[in-house]
Amino acid sequence: MTLAQGILTGDRRALARLITIVENQPAKAVPDLQVLYPHTGEALVIGITGPPGSGKSTLVDKLAKELRRREKTVGIIAVDPTSPFTGGAILGDRIRMQDLATDPGVYIRSMGTRGSLGGLAKAAHSAIEILDAAGMDYVFVETVGVGQSEVDIVRIADTTMVTLVPGLGDEIQTIKAGVLEIADVFVVNKADRPGADQVALQLEMMLDLNTKEKKWRPPVLSTVANAGEGIAALLEGVEQHYQYLHESGELRGRRRARYRAEIMAIVEEGLRDRLLTFWSGEGKINTVVEEVIARRKDPYSAATELLQPFSVK
Amino acid sequence: MYDERLVDEIRERKGEWEEGTLKKVLARFPERKEDFKTLSELPVGRVYTPVDTSELDYHGDLGMPGEYPYTRGIQPTMYRGRLWTMRQYAGFGTAEESNKRYKYLLEQGQTGLSVAFDLPTQIGFDSDHALAEGEVGKVGVAIDSLADMEILFAGIPLDKVSTSMTINAPAAILLAMYIAVAEKQGVNPEKLKGTIQNDILKEYAARGTYIFPPQPSMRLITDTFAYCAAHLPNWNTISISGYHIREAGCTAVQEVAFTLADGIAYVEAAIEAGLDVDNFAPRLSFFFNSQMDLLEEVAKFRAARRLWARIMKERFGAQNPRSLKLRFHTQTAGCALTAQQPDNNVVRVTLQALAAVLGGTQSLHTNSRDEALALPSEDSVRIALRTQQIIAHESGVTNTIDPLAGSYFVESLTDEIETKAREYIEKIDALGGAVKAIEQGFIQREIQESAYQYQKSVEAGDRVVVGVNKFQLKEESLPKGLLKVDPAVGEYQKEKIAHLKENRDGEAVAAALKGLKETAQSGENLLPPIIEAARAYATIGEICDVLRGVFGEYETSVIF
Amino acid sequence: MRERPIRVLIAKPGLDGHDRGAKIMARALRDAGMEVIYTGLRQTPEQIVETGIQEDVDVIGMSILSGAHTHLFPKVMQLLKDKEAGDILVIGGGIIPDEDIPALKKAGIAAIFTPGTLTETVIDFIKDRVPR
Repeated sequence: MTLAQGILTGDRRALARLITIVENQPAKAVPDLQVLYPHTGEALVIGITGPPGSGKSTLVDKLAKELRRREKTVGIIAVDPTSPFTGGAILGDRIRMQDLATDPGVYIRSMGTRGSLGGLAKAAHSAIEILDAAGMDYVFVETVGVGQSEVDIVRIADTTMVTLVPGLGDEIQTIKAGVLEIADVFVVNKADRPGADQVALQLEMMLDLNTKEKKWRPPVLSTVANAGEGIAALLEGVEQHYQYLHESGELRGRRRARYRAEIMAIVEEGLRDRLLTFWSGEGKINTVVEEVIARRKDPYSAATELLQPFSVK
Repeated sequence: MYDERLVDEIRERKGEWEEGTLKKVLARFPERKEDFKTLSELPVGRVYTPVDTSELDYHGDLGMPGEYPYTRGIQPTMYRGRLWTMRQYAGFGTAEESNKRYKYLLEQGQTGLSVAFDLPTQIGFDSDHALAEGEVGKVGVAIDSLADMEILFAGIPLDKVSTSMTINAPAAILLAMYIAVAEKQGVNPEKLKGTIQNDILKEYAARGTYIFPPQPSMRLITDTFAYCAAHLPNWNTISISGYHIREAGCTAVQEVAFTLADGIAYVEAAIEAGLDVDNFAPRLSFFFNSQMDLLEEVAKFRAARRLWARIMKERFGAQNPRSLKLRFHTQTAGCALTAQQPDNNVVRVTLQALAAVLGGTQSLHTNSRDEALALPSEDSVRIALRTQQIIAHESGVTNTIDPLAGSYFVESLTDEIETKAREYIEKIDALGGAVKAIEQGFIQREIQESAYQYQKSVEAGDRVVVGVNKFQLKEESLPKGLLKVDPAVGEYQKEKIAHLKENRDGEAVAAALKGLKETAQSGENLLPPIIEAARAYATIGEICDVLRGVFGEYETSVIF
Repeated sequence: MRERPIRVLIAKPGLDGHDRGAKIMARALRDAGMEVIYTGLRQTPEQIVETGIQEDVDVIGMSILSGAHTHLFPKVMQLLKDKEAGDILVIGGGIIPDEDIPALKKAGIAAIFTPGTLTETVIDFIKDRVPR
């Protein structure tokens, strides 16, 4: 039985294996992903990001439990940074979710960022498709909201939550730095702490300035995830956003953009490989590079020369 | 501490010595290492002189034994009056087995008991809970209800012994059971003497047997302070513990700082709950580790005593001298024991115990040589106790008070540890106190960093651990006769619970648990309804489940 | 093709809270370039096995200091076999008497590391045993 067949019949090990392959040798996963593709498109994908210590894992845990009460299945992908020095990582997000570890309706997978340029986003995207095909109703992707790769991942989501907590100091700074644009729902977690109201107020003020032209104004919802407070309302906020996506046609738009990007990425990679084959490896390029260094040619003419055989007549 | 001219003279003399005698020798025979450091990475100089203690004010910084700031000891006569309490931590299997062991120890002349509970008891699970599987009776005695507690102390008059109980999250419940046993023996609770560890903050930071979140846990603790101040005047309501923090890998400075920061948090919580500082502070006690670096440990104990006295006086305005005295129990460092060549551990324990005695401890537990391998055998426990007795009766160190005082090095190190610990406490204050610092993971991160650095220095060979990274044996013969806990204990406890539940007054239990729930919700003192539930033979699991329902459970985060 | 990181689950089964060793090991494995899934205290054998499978780990490392290893380690091994995941390399650590080790190895635990073990020894063992 292939891994894809295993996944479609509910085999957890096959599911876990294919995600590993997607992470390590993505090309080898293609045949299985092709088999799985027709079975995707059903899951609602929720991205969740925010500064360290803002309680993302606890939120995911409580949201997943609430969904389980509603008899929905849940897949979770928790991303932690890989050490740039050693290539290793400690993946500790699931410590908050271990109650769910033995629930047959939940699958949790930890991933390291592995420092690859865009590679993680691709692996996470494939992992989401795998979980989707495996029949998960909801898929959560949790990342630390600090770098570009994280932003890339949340862009995959249908709905993106951004979590904040009072007392971290520069939370509003973080938003200014660009998280505002990707948030569909804001969560002010640990709302029982002093300063929570101010964080919410500041967010609302910022939204007043920034969302005038937009059709969707992200709600600002308060939670005390530890105590399970505000979870049902948060889920409702997510559902409202999903409904909006449907009704406004934006869901189609988002998915169109996502698949376009995915297809383009695959095409670019394929083209790259083919070009390299055509030029018989790096040899041809190196020759041209030497000429550019020696100032015998400029980079533009060099590129034109390399692309000459493909010019459209 | 010296006349300025003399200090200048010595400074000058030392300079000459360095340029002359020393330089010549160093040129031919360089020292073994470039940097000499204590076990906790504090730099150690080549030689100390009055220059290093010249800032010390004898009266202000040292004083006389039994007087503020208590650097030299909390009693005026120290071990000339009475030796420290030799208190070996014991308990395993069922209440029946542990009762036998305690009676044996009392027959041998021991007056203090120290009860070790198994992990299900410590985490508030009955022996028949799924998570208790494999753990019942393993690291201590299994107690599920008052019925077990009655067996544990059967034939032991509770007005005659002092009992220390290593119990934290459910400390109030075990104390309630102890009170109920005393009542059945006809002993007035006022006469009860002993200690509950009751220190939840270090559980979050280092030891891991927590149940409830910090806020309700702090309430249980301050409720215990208030109840004992009114009803159990001779009971030590808490043993604020640096022991486990040190075991988790922190330094001597951090041990002092984090322990006293926890102490500050408890005092603040109690004051906030409306208690008068001099009403409860005399019953606070402490618990420290004794590690391998003998002089650093002595300095640590002295620094902790001085710093606590100053904190209580300056920060909390305590008036009662008993509120200022840091009374402490010491246990030798479990993490210093090696599984390799375990007999060497006897020597390690001797040095650590000596440090505790030179540091002025009030009671002492010496570890057994085989504890890196298993629970200690009877032979090993006896050698550990004999180690204390040899120090007490043969070594001569007990004849005079605080014998290392005035050592240029020890005084200078005492001062340095106090200063550095104070800086840490200021950092913790800035974070909002120990509870916040733990919630934010500051203390856990600091401990782990130290632990990892230590491990790396051992692996790099910068630190020698005899038998581990140097002087190893090719073939080790391992000790025989290690203690085994009968695996049937779990089944036996389960049967006992089933039997109890059939035979107790179910309505009384339900009523007591209902009363407990109401009190938990109302904010009144929790001790009376917990005692009521204990008397009705409610189990620890039942009582804790009621409190879990109201308080919720603590959730850790992973901190690296 | 880049070298794939070895994935290791570090878990503490049972109730004891002594996680100094587990955390030092987690850090050391990370510093040796591995991906360490850390699940913390009070893990049941079921949670450990299920986590190991979901995370598709190469190695499960468990640490117990309470003496519950005689019960919990074999239970993990049995569950792994039941779930057809017996190929995962399992190692244990903690306070484990020498006389218990043969039975644990017979149950399928590949190695037991007692106090004083250097992290390098464990790292080498894992690198040696995990197929690349």
